[in-house]
Amino acid sequence: MVQYAKARLDASFAALSDATRRGVLEQLGCADASITDLAEKFHMTLTGMKKHVGGLEQAGLVTTEKVGRVRTCRLGPGRLEKETAWIEGYRQLWDARFDELDKVIEELKSKEKSDGRKK
Amino acid sequence: MDARSESERTAMKNPTTVDRKSERELVVTRAFNGPARIVFEAWTKAELFQRWWVPKSLGLTLLSCEMDVRVGGTYRMVFSQKGSEPMAFFGRYLEVIPRSRIVWTNDEGGGGGPVTTATFEEKGGKTLVVVCDVYPSKEALDEAISSGSTGWNSETFEQLDELLVTLGEGVERS
Repeated sequence: MVQYAKARLDASFAALSDATRRGVLEQLGCADASITDLAEKFHMTLTGMKKHVGGLEQAGLVTTEKVGRVRTCRLGPGRLEKETAWIEGYRQLWDARFDELDKVIEELKSKEKSDGRKK
Repeated sequence: MDARSESERTAMKNPTTVDRKSERELVVTRAFNGPARIVFEAWTKAELFQRWWVPKSLGLTLLSCEMDVRVGGTYRMVFSQKGSEPMAFFGRYLEVIPRSRIVWTNDEGGGGGPVTTATFEEKGGKTLVVVCDVYPSKEALDEAISSGSTGWNSETFEQLDELLVTLGEGVERS
């Protein structure tokens, strides 16, 4: 179960590691769009955009549906995975922040100690 | 000497946890090896605060940091990131209790930003810090998550990837 969640997380991170794919997610967050729309918006070939959408689909972040000749993309049911990935990203941010804070605290502690000694 | 203290620190590193505690609440917790008085000082003096709030590994540059930590006082931080417009983060302090609690608003996003409460609880020389973001609604938090925001735009993910690598290699010494 944990392994599964981790695999999904990895897929989400891989999907989110690309600026175009993040842009696509943002775009789909505003409105559903066809692959053609997305390719145009991001100045890409259809094939290139299909690849990106494929990656997002694998991570469960996007679903697509073909109606007639148009394939429509929308944000996927993998919102939960996205949330997990986002929360992990958020945790990493705070963790990095707090590692720096550790250094500041150590410094203040030793400063206090040496000030104390001087008295 | 430095190398030794660095590895000791890494060995003693306290874990950071993040939970979505409710539909509109995010909670970050972390213990620090120091008294609340020192931790509080590092949160309330601009010259100390700016040394840790923006981890170097994120690739952001802090252009300015002004904070007037008292009830009704304001803060404003401006960051720049290569290739994009400077971003300003600002708000107001709603509550300030020395060594124990700071509450502030996050106003850069208009009305949808969270109210952040940081509490400092000292126990046996260690201080447990709990940072709680309460959003005005479930929709506001969902929106923050789906847009990748919460004070950080989606570009941050890219740097987080780099950060994961950096963390794997151990914390870089400045």
